[in-house]
Amino acid sequence: MLRTPTTALRTSHRALFRAYATASQPHALVLLEHRGGALESGSLSALTAAGQLGGKVTGLIIGDKDQVTPLVEQAKKLQGITSVIQSSSPHYATPVTEKLSPLLLSLLKDSPPFTHVVSAHTSSARSLLPRVAALLDVPAVSDITSLEHDASGSTTFTRPIYAGNAIATVKAPASIALKFFTVRPTAFPAAASTNSGDVEVKEVAAVEEAEAATEHISTNLTKSDRPELGTASRVVSGGRALKDAATFEKTLYPLADLLGAAVGASRAAVDAGYADNSLQVGQTGKVVAPELYIALGISGAIQHLAGMKDSKLIVAVNKDADAPIFQVADVGLVGDLFEVVPQLVEKLK
Amino acid sequence: MHPTSARLLNILVPIKRTIDYAVKIRVNPQNTGVDTNVKHSMNPFDEIAVEEAIRQRERNKDAIKSIKVVSIGPPKASEVIRSALAMGADSGIHVEYPDSAPSPEPLAIAKTLKAIIEREAKEKNAPIDLVILGKQAIDDDAGQTGQMLAGLLGWGQATYASKVELDASGKSANVTTEIDGGSQQLKGQLPMVITTDLRLNEPRYASLPNIMKAKKKPVEKLSPSDLGIDLTPLLETIRISEPAKRQAGAKVETVEELVAKLKEAGFKAA
Repeated sequence: MLRTPTTALRTSHRALFRAYATASQPHALVLLEHRGGALESGSLSALTAAGQLGGKVTGLIIGDKDQVTPLVEQAKKLQGITSVIQSSSPHYATPVTEKLSPLLLSLLKDSPPFTHVVSAHTSSARSLLPRVAALLDVPAVSDITSLEHDASGSTTFTRPIYAGNAIATVKAPASIALKFFTVRPTAFPAAASTNSGDVEVKEVAAVEEAEAATEHISTNLTKSDRPELGTASRVVSGGRALKDAATFEKTLYPLADLLGAAVGASRAAVDAGYADNSLQVGQTGKVVAPELYIALGISGAIQHLAGMKDSKLIVAVNKDADAPIFQVADVGLVGDLFEVVPQLVEKLK
Repeated sequence: MHPTSARLLNILVPIKRTIDYAVKIRVNPQNTGVDTNVKHSMNPFDEIAVEEAIRQRERNKDAIKSIKVVSIGPPKASEVIRSALAMGADSGIHVEYPDSAPSPEPLAIAKTLKAIIEREAKEKNAPIDLVILGKQAIDDDAGQTGQMLAGLLGWGQATYASKVELDASGKSANVTTEIDGGSQQLKGQLPMVITTDLRLNEPRYASLPNIMKAKKKPVEKLSPSDLGIDLTPLLETIRISEPAKRQAGAKVETVEELVAKLKEAGFKAA
């Protein structure tokens, strides 16, 4: 009895294959996320990645009416964007996945013009895209670092696996009519604002669920005047050696402020309560690839390296000369960070 | 006195056997995969999921009836099922595929889990109220299965949970989730799917008596075809390669040299 649905699914796959077998021009739908009245820089990187498919790129902006209107104007000017879809509703002001997925589904079901669904690998998109992909019975590809689309309609991606210790090259064949993928922002430059802004804007009605299974209660964002960790060009990171929250601040912040750098932390430092969770760099935290990454008192576990080893220049200060961080550091100094960092601040001034 | 719950809850915890997190993996010379002849253990996020299910029962004794774990994997996946039973889960299901089969994708796993959940409701009269999964497996790093399962079931989802509070009536859960830049609080109606962040809890070690006891707990063995599932991947893995190696860096002796290197690379005070 349970076999019947599977057979039905296979048939529908074949039906899709027939409908899309002639390779059409790619058309990506890119989720443009925003916060505080600005488009997320990760979404701008996703836009660049979508442009590399070689076809049309439609940006999708969802939010409260007041949020959406100015963002559409920003989005129209972005390099590579060919049209914008906006959808607004008070329900989208602080959306939960269950409220966004019906809207996305309505845009994607029944022979949509789109061939790819794209977003940055952010926490919100990571929650949303797989849910929608499953409802359309297609796979999703997470956290891609490069892509190539060919004339036959297949797209080949590379993505890190095993905490970045191996790179998988995977091909989504033409038979997958809608290819979902999330983009590692640090692997693609952010789309610049260069267009004349003369692109088509379409408004689609919000799709409101009578009662979503999950409701949003509150959001707590860590306030900081420093650059955002995921996109900062310089990062100063601390580990377990920082002893406690006060020492972490006292030691790292002057150096970070001097360099105009974001502050990061190892899991050990976060678990011990020295720094907020949102500052964690690694496989399970943020992946960063700044121009300069300074690792202070971080041993360099596999999981931490996964989040920073694509940084341009890695500097490590550690008491332990055998710490694995020195195997990836371009410049290493074996020493007590409590002596080194103040001197560093003094001499950099 | 504990309040009487409307109905006793059944929790399902899907778990995966992965290469141990501390192993430095090696890509095979054929570039088809990684050397798997190394230590394996339960995916760390799944251990947290098992721990959370057990803690929920400890906290809400009257509300939770059963904790079942399920692993979809080759024969040796039975080891992680035993580990979960030793931690305190009641029973297990092993959906077994041959060692030679390629690793299934999250979509196929989500469909398998959905089929199991439907089977639990129809054939065992034990409808699942809560599925707790790890937020990602540390081998494929996909982070999709929970969301896909919630979508297929039409259930609510709370991803990257760092705190889970079931309400006394067992009808809803308040979940704190990690998001970029901070955290948020969600209230979800049961049945729902929760995926675990590292911060949710500290998994316990199984004691020797519990390991012995786990050997007697029931584990049902199924094949994908029993559930009407085809695990064949839809995406084609072309190759697995080593990441680009970083050039060996230099150690400096003094802070002066370090500052000189920074300035040479163009970094000075902003």
